[in-house]
Formats: sequence, structure tokens, C-alpha cells
Amino acid sequence: MNTRNLILFGLVGVLYLGTGVFLSWNLALNILNLGLLSAIMALGVNMQWGYAGLFNTGIMGFAALGGLAVVLVSAPPEPQGWAQGGWGIMAGLAFGLAVIAFSTWIYRNLGKGTLRNAVLLVVLVGGFFAYRAILDPSVDAVEAFNPAIAGNIGGLGLPSLLAWPLGGVLAALAAWAIGKIALGLRSDYLAIATLGIAEIVIIVMKNEDWLARGVKNMIGLPRPWPVPYEVDLQQSAAFLDWAANYGFDPMTASSILVKVLYALLFAMVLFVVVWMSELALNSPWGRMMRSIRDNEVAAAAMGKDVTRRHLQVFVIGSAVVGFAGAMMTTMDGQLTPGTYNPLRFTFLIWVMVIVGGSGNNWGAVLGGLLIGWLWLIVETLGPGVMSVVTYGMSEGALKTHLVDSAQHMRLLTLGVILLLVLRFSPRGLIPEK
Amino acid sequence: MDILNAIVAFVNFVVIPATAYGAQLALGALGATLVYGILRFSNFAQGDTMAFGTMATILFTWWLQSMGVHFGPLPTALLALPFGIAVTAGLLLLTDRFVYRFYRKQRAAPTILVIVSLGVMFVMNGITRLIIGVEEQNFADGARFLVTAGDFKRWTGLDEGLAIKSSQAITVVTAVIVVAWLFWFLQKTRTGKSMRAFSDNEDLALLSGINPNRVVNVTWIIVAVLATIAGVLYGLDKSFKPFTYFQLLLPIFAAAVVGGLGNPLGAIAGGFVVAYSEVFVTYAWKKVLGYLVPADMAPDNLIQLLSTDYKLAVSFIILIIVLLFMPTGLFKGKSS
Repeated sequence: MNTRNLILFGLVGVLYLGTGVFLSWNLALNILNLGLLSAIMALGVNMQWGYAGLFNTGIMGFAALGGLAVVLVSAPPEPQGWAQGGWGIMAGLAFGLAVIAFSTWIYRNLGKGTLRNAVLLVVLVGGFFAYRAILDPSVDAVEAFNPAIAGNIGGLGLPSLLAWPLGGVLAALAAWAIGKIALGLRSDYLAIATLGIAEIVIIVMKNEDWLARGVKNMIGLPRPWPVPYEVDLQQSAAFLDWAANYGFDPMTASSILVKVLYALLFAMVLFVVVWMSELALNSPWGRMMRSIRDNEVAAAAMGKDVTRRHLQVFVIGSAVVGFAGAMMTTMDGQLTPGTYNPLRFTFLIWVMVIVGGSGNNWGAVLGGLLIGWLWLIVETLGPGVMSVVTYGMSEGALKTHLVDSAQHMRLLTLGVILLLVLRFSPRGLIPEK
Repeated sequence: MDILNAIVAFVNFVVIPATAYGAQLALGALGATLVYGILRFSNFAQGDTMAFGTMATILFTWWLQSMGVHFGPLPTALLALPFGIAVTAGLLLLTDRFVYRFYRKQRAAPTILVIVSLGVMFVMNGITRLIIGVEEQNFADGARFLVTAGDFKRWTGLDEGLAIKSSQAITVVTAVIVVAWLFWFLQKTRTGKSMRAFSDNEDLALLSGINPNRVVNVTWIIVAVLATIAGVLYGLDKSFKPFTYFQLLLPIFAAAVVGGLGNPLGAIAGGFVVAYSEVFVTYAWKKVLGYLVPADMAPDNLIQLLSTDYKLAVSFIILIIVLLFMPTGLFKGKSS
């Protein structure tokens, strides 16, 4: 951290303070919370891109898996829904995995030739139909049970803090599977494959109602441990006294207190991730990663297993994204698969990493906070600015179109920012040391 | 057993839609594969180039319609196509001049170019949404059907109808013309040959005096032609919605990778492989099987392997299979 970086962070701090002073503290804290979460995701992506040069276009999918973990861990159990076919679904999924494992075994152990292909085909096709035969009746039974408010297998009803690490684990598993396939091939293949896995994760979450109610959404997920509900605060005598003492409006004060607590929680996680990333980056492991990134052939000649190290850092980075994705869902208190959108969840994070400075952890944090602020402030101010711009115009289709189009300006602006930074300052705001 | 009706149902619900979709994908994948072959990066803006080209064409279509110009039974969009292509080509050439050329001169790594194409994607996506919005636009006019199910039943006396939408017929005819022209261009003309030489071995091509800027510009113009036509055909056949076009990126890349990135013939084959697999796996086979097996054995469920919501998963699975077993694709594309 040198003076220049401190000034940059100070300037971003001023942006947030300015939002609080001139607009509202609620909004500023809202943006700050999302900025902190984005910064954690950006750190995960920075590990993949900045340390190792891996291009992951599936950030949205890993974040969504984190969100799914929150439902699985902390949603209230549905014993009756589970009784309809929970075990049947588990058996079906286990059978599906067994078929894949068995096919892999056949592929590895039978000699190359027609026999192997024929056996594989029979196992896979037969296995697929058997899998559907086991899974489908249970799925139908679970989804048919009380579909208006449930229709799913429910969660474990555990505290939602436990869901965060599980989010990381789910994302890591997905990353391992996709990395195992796409790493070691040409670099573009990872980009294409991760783009695919992200779309698939979202499609599964939208359509598999038994899992997390699909597009019927999962609402009312519990808050993490220290964060109270506004309603409870407003009824607690101690809080009302405290607010009255300082002359705050209890409504506003309660929602601000909740957001401050979230911000502290997220900042702690962010701090731990940055600290660990800095240790890793400055360790022999970090130097090895960067040497692989800068010259794969030389690193391989020194005896480093390039593909294995790539897989390792890809899994770790995705786990961090999944962790942050779980945090985001606990803060929202709901899982809405329809809101996952690649522009917001994948490409925005990319802009954060590139603008902040790829390869530098503090750069990723700065990028997350700065671009996160820009993205959300434009959402708030955009329509207002547009109506000022179009003030003199007569009412009509064109004016409505322009005012409505304010939100699309964000894409354009971000694209232009990304292109300008790549062109004129490719090392970002806080360059790699 | 009623083989004739089974065949008609199969052709009507599987072959015709899959062929039209395959032709659209093939054109899109050809654009992606050409960029890969000549400029050596995976162009993530391909889907949004298609969206932009389609949008430009739609705007010209509306303008022509407002002037009272119509193309008889054919959609007016075909008349607007050359204008749309011109605008798209202009945009791509400008993009190349102000964005990609810098990195080409630096000989930047392909991954950097992919990220740059991501930025271009953002900008194009923004422009498209800004101008035409995010809603679905239907711009097909002219005759709806070449052959309607009712006519077919009357002619043949079969129970099963066979319908060919005019958009499907136009798609296939246009795709055949465009592909034939493209291959003639690449094989026979001087520019086409220099493009292939440039793609095979850049250094050798430069040494023999091929002008790289000319090759690159011609490539972008061809990409504009292919992307706009693919986008307009897709829009005529289904409908135009910017986000759907972004999502086409996955099937397009799956098609290009299946065929071997950088190989035009492979892209066409890949497009049909992806389209046919998608329709095969998501089609409910109940009807066709119902004609083939005795009545008491007729299936009682839909016999659908995957619900249509999972059609993107099909492209993805094909992609995974290719990456696992033949990373250079069916037709031996570039492997590095």
C-alpha cells in the first residue's frame, strides 16, 4: 500500500460518503454491501485471471450455486414434501453419478475398440433411462405436494452462516468438473465451457422445482447470526430508547443498523480473503502461479505440472465466488433464479477486475467498490438524469423511449470503460507489483 | 403400424425445424470460425453482432413498409437485408479500426483479444437495446406458409399434416446460396485464397506480399454478411429478442468447436449436428412412436428425453463430449 493507492481508496470512500450525505445513508450502505460482495467475487476472479491467466466466463453460475447452498442449508425443512419422494430423488441422483463413474471406469479399463464403444453406449443410454425412471416419479410426487407454497424437498433449517462455506464447496465441485474437462486444452475452450456451465446452472435452478422451487422463488431465507430483523428492532424497548436518545427515526435507524451489521460482516470476510490472498500471492506458490502465467513452457520445464496448478487455482477462485454468492443470497433473504443475468454477474465482475488492476488483490477490491458504486448509482440516478436531459422535449414515444433506455446506457458505459482501460491502462488502477 | 404417417410426423416436427435451425446456426458458426481462423480469437461479440445486424435490418424493414414497399409473398426484411449488412459491416470495420487493430499490431495474446471482444459485446448489446429496446419484435410479413398442414392432408389423404413455413424455406435456400458463394469466394478468388493463406500461416502469407489489412477488412465484411443473414433468418423463423441472440453464443460456439475451430466446412457440419441433436433430444416422440408400434403398446407418456427448457444443455453436452474425446473437432481445426 503506497500513498497513491491510499488516495484512490480515499476517493472511492468519498464517493460512498457523498452518496450518504447527498442522497441517503440507506442507499449508500446498500451500495456498499453489494460493493463488498462484488469485491470478494472480484478477488476470486483475480486469482484465476490475475495470478494464473485463466479466463472464466461462468462467474454467474458459481455465484448462483452459492445461492443454492443457502436454500439447501438454511431454508426451513419440508418433512412432508421430503416424505413424498426425497429419498427417491437422492437415489436417482446417486444412481446417475454411479452411471457416470462406471462409464469412466469402462473407458479407462477396457481396451480401445468397438467393444468398448458398444458397452459404453449401452451403459450410458440404459443408465439415462433407468435414471429418469428412478428420478421422475419422486420428482413429480415432491412437486405435486402443496405446490403453491412448497413443492420442494426443503432445506436443513441450519443457521445461514453455515451456508457460506457450503456455497464455496458447491462452486468448487462444479469448477473441478469443468476444469478437469476444459483445462489443458486451448485457452478459449475454458471460456466457452464456463459460459455454458453458467447457463446450465441457471436453467437447472429455474426448472427443477423440487430443488429450490424454481421460478416460484424461495423467499424468507433466514438472516445470518448477528443481524436482527427491522421489525424486531422496532419493537424492542432498548432499541427504541437508544434511537430516541440520539434523536433518530426508529424506522430509518433500524434499517440502517441492519445494513451496518451486514457491512461489518462482509468487510470481515473481505478482510480475511484479502489477507489470505496476499499471503498466497507472496508465497512460493504465488510466484509459481505467476511464472506459469507468464511462461507456461518455462514453468513446465522447471517441473511444474501446469494443468494441475491451473485446476487448483481455478477451483479455489470459483470457491471464493461461490462463497460470496451465498453471502449475497443470505443478504437478499431470497433466491430468485430469474435475476441471475450474465451481464450483471459475470461481465460486471470482469470489468471490476480489469479496471482495478488484474493480478493485484487490492486492485480487485478497489475495482469492486468503484464499479459496484457506478453500476448502482447509475441505476438510481440514470432515469433522473435522463428526464433532465429530455426536459425540453415534448411528451411522446421518443421521450418515453429515452427515459426507459437509461438502464441500457449502463451496458454501453461499462463496455466503453472496459475497452478504454484495456487500451490505455491495461494494468489497471493499482497495477501488479 | 403406419410407417407413412410416422415419416410425415417425423419430417414435420423434427427434420424441417432442425434443418432450418441448423442452417441458421451454421451461418452464425461460420462467422465465428472465420474470425477464429483469420484473427485468431474466439469472438464473444458474435451473438450481439447478429443482434445488431438484425436490428438494423428490422429498422430498414419498417422504413420500407412505411413507404409502402413490399416484396410480394416474401418478407420485406429480405429487401432490407443489404442495408442491414452495410450498416453492420460499417460497425465492424470501425470496431476493427479503433479496437482490434491496436492489439493485432501488439501481437497480443488470444485471451486478451477475447476480453476485448467482451467489451465490444457490451457496447453492441448496449447500442441494440438503446435503439430497439429489449422486447420481442416480430417483423415477418408476406406469406406465412409454403405448404400448410391442411393442404398437405388434402393432397395426400394422410392423417398427419406436413407444414413448411415460408421462413423455413427461405432460411434453407438463403443458407445454401450464401454458403455456396462463400466457398466459391474462398476457393476461387484471389482475395479468398489470400485469406486462406493468411489463416494457414500468417508469416508466410505476409512474406508473399499479402496485405494483412485487406484480408482482415474483407473478413469483417464477410462476418457482417454471415451474422446479419443468420440473425435475420433466425428472427424471421422465431422472433427477435436481444437476449436470445446473446444466448445463441453457446450453440454457435458448440457448432464451431464440433466442426473444428477455424474450419468453415466444419462449422456448417457442426451447426447441423448441434441443431439436430437439440431437436432430437427435446422432441416428444410419443406421436411418431404411436404410429410405429401396435395400438396397445402405444407409449402413455411423452417420450421426451429432456424438456425443451434444457435445449442449451444439449449444446453444452456436445461441447463437453468434443472437448473430452476430440479437442480439434470433427474436421481438424486449429489446435493452438
